[in-house]
Amino acid sequence: MKLNGSEILLECLLEQGVDTIFGYPGGAVLNIYDALYKYSDKIKHYLTSHEQGASHAADGYSRATGKVGVCLATSGPGATNLVTGIATAYADSVPLIAITGNVGVASLGKDSFQEVDIQGITMSITKHNFIVRDVNMLAETIRKAFYIAQSNKPGPVLIDITKDVTSDTCEYEYKKPKKILPRTKTIKQNDLLNAIKLICKSKKPIIFAGGGIISSKATEELIKFAELIDSPVTLSTMGLGGFPASNIRYTGMLGMHGSKASNLSVMECDLFIALGTRFSDRVSGNTSQFAKNSKILHIDIDPAEINKNIFIDQSVIGDLKEILKRLNSMLTKQDHKDWNNQVNQLKLKYPLTYKKDEQLKPQYIMEKINEITKGQAIITTDVGQHQMWACQYIKHEKPRHLITSGGMGTMGFGLGASIGASIGNPDKIIMNITGDGCFRMNCIEIATAVEYNIPVIILIMNNHALGMVRQWQSIFYDSRYSYTTLNKTTDFVKLAQAYNAEAFHITEKSQVEEILRKAISLKKPVVINFEIDCDEKVFPMIPANSNLDHFITENSKDLLT
Amino acid sequence: MEKHILSILVENHSSVLSRITGLFSRRCFNISSLSVGETQDPKHSRITIETYGDEFIIGQIQKQLDNLVDVIKIIELKPCNSVYRETNLIKVRADSTARAEIIDTVKIFRGSIIDVSQESLVIEILGEKDKNNAFIELMKPYGILELVRTGITGLERGIKTLKDYKDY
Repeated sequence: MKLNGSEILLECLLEQGVDTIFGYPGGAVLNIYDALYKYSDKIKHYLTSHEQGASHAADGYSRATGKVGVCLATSGPGATNLVTGIATAYADSVPLIAITGNVGVASLGKDSFQEVDIQGITMSITKHNFIVRDVNMLAETIRKAFYIAQSNKPGPVLIDITKDVTSDTCEYEYKKPKKILPRTKTIKQNDLLNAIKLICKSKKPIIFAGGGIISSKATEELIKFAELIDSPVTLSTMGLGGFPASNIRYTGMLGMHGSKASNLSVMECDLFIALGTRFSDRVSGNTSQFAKNSKILHIDIDPAEINKNIFIDQSVIGDLKEILKRLNSMLTKQDHKDWNNQVNQLKLKYPLTYKKDEQLKPQYIMEKINEITKGQAIITTDVGQHQMWACQYIKHEKPRHLITSGGMGTMGFGLGASIGASIGNPDKIIMNITGDGCFRMNCIEIATAVEYNIPVIILIMNNHALGMVRQWQSIFYDSRYSYTTLNKTTDFVKLAQAYNAEAFHITEKSQVEEILRKAISLKKPVVINFEIDCDEKVFPMIPANSNLDHFITENSKDLLT
Repeated sequence: MEKHILSILVENHSSVLSRITGLFSRRCFNISSLSVGETQDPKHSRITIETYGDEFIIGQIQKQLDNLVDVIKIIELKPCNSVYRETNLIKVRADSTARAEIIDTVKIFRGSIIDVSQESLVIEILGEKDKNNAFIELMKPYGILELVRTGITGLERGIKTLKDYKDY
């Protein structure tokens, strides 16, 4: 049948099973919005307050559901407002489709009104991107984009569509989406055998899993693998929830704000098994000393990750779930009782601690969230201290239940992401943990949550400061608090009320449990402003590029405040 | 750091070259020369890049390039089984006293003179980079007015082609 480009776009989204998109209209996408009007019974479009919010919402939707997230924006500033969201998705390998309108073909390259070269701008933050200048190419381009976004290591793909393409017509025929198969061709038997050899030789193995565990849905296989090789398990921020925190083998997060038990065990181990992770500097610290007593076995879907940041001894390339399945079938049960005892001693000796007094502490709030939601809620976060407390003190039990900007560290990510996560999981409790700095960046999206009655609970850890930067200034810059004090007089409760959200102001420890239960029972957007101390810090902490046994803790002498 | 020459088969459409060069600059890899052109199949172009780095850097370059959707295949052209060529056009100051000497040198290097004026010559030199460099050194005393180099192109010796290599 003959359709115009806008209708073809929507038909192709339907082909891919898309029923939800996030966006913001504008001149170059008028035709697409006209088609959306017609397709409103098949595709639900959520109008955000800002294109950045749409990109984070699509990202959060994708992370929470495992489906592709789709966002839509107009040309020029609409497109550039997506950029931070696309970069965030790219850093965390999230399958995202960003659709932008552009000016008509004849106006391209003429510095026309609202024209930017968004293909050029996003080249280094997308897995791939396209500009469509001919309606006959549109359907195939969209199909290709969806395939690229989901296959191998997932990532964002941008499709820039010129305005004339959205009104030009051509024949459209339904096509079934190409099946996304796990990457298995790259799995070499020899690599598996070498991996088995390393594992069988090891007396002190440790498993470190990252976001790949979640994107390849390999939790079950990982649990079995850890059992078989009798190994402790640590996770990166992106891996949290990929292995249940309640499992006895779990040692806590690894890296800069990881647990002492995890970091010390990595210094001690004789085989470091990295699964679906890319050795971020936030994990590796000083790369020359990283796991220096140990062999490193790296299993990842992306061959380019091998020997990129850390030199390793053996790799296996391919889909993690499939590789673990094969390894599990080849392995015999190992026994490392002494080593596990040693690690357990570290866990007992160095639990996460904070000063428990009458003050309202963020760690206490996290513990209460954990107690009440029992790992069943989806937690989204912004970036900074509150993010690390949420990683440390909430027990992440299930994949896709912690949604956080791990790679890009995007302040302002959380609220949009929580809206997307909630739309993808209407029956779940969604909590967005944020700080006052991050909240202020994109709080405009409360309007979106209220408009669609999306029951996100926004928990502001309000220390009237950019807490994490302040922490670094306190420790490494002699407490010269350069522009990190946010003594703004903004009343977040009134602000939330102005958006017609429920809002509460909490200053006492004793109020926390009650207010959390109340917020959950309201089933509507709620903002809770928790007043916390600006000198509360995230511990333990390993300074950037240091060895993993170089801890700063609340008791450290080199701590100035 | 050692020199390596990579041969890359890519889709022949706009933005491909900028994806490749963008990847080099973003990841702090070096390009010391680059040549690109359509192949016998107009759907594909072939890029030859000369770069420097140890085996890990070269490995990274190859694997990162391989992750680009528009890259079809990439191999390293090793000196032991490859031929390389680069064309240089050199405009040299050449008055009547120097001209004969220059022409003799061009003959030795099997180059050709492709433009003559009262005071200058344009010389074409084709060969491997080292030979071309040697020629350029010899021309310096006469006064090089302009110099352009195409960048290295290369192929493996024998019947094997890039397409015969397996994907990663």
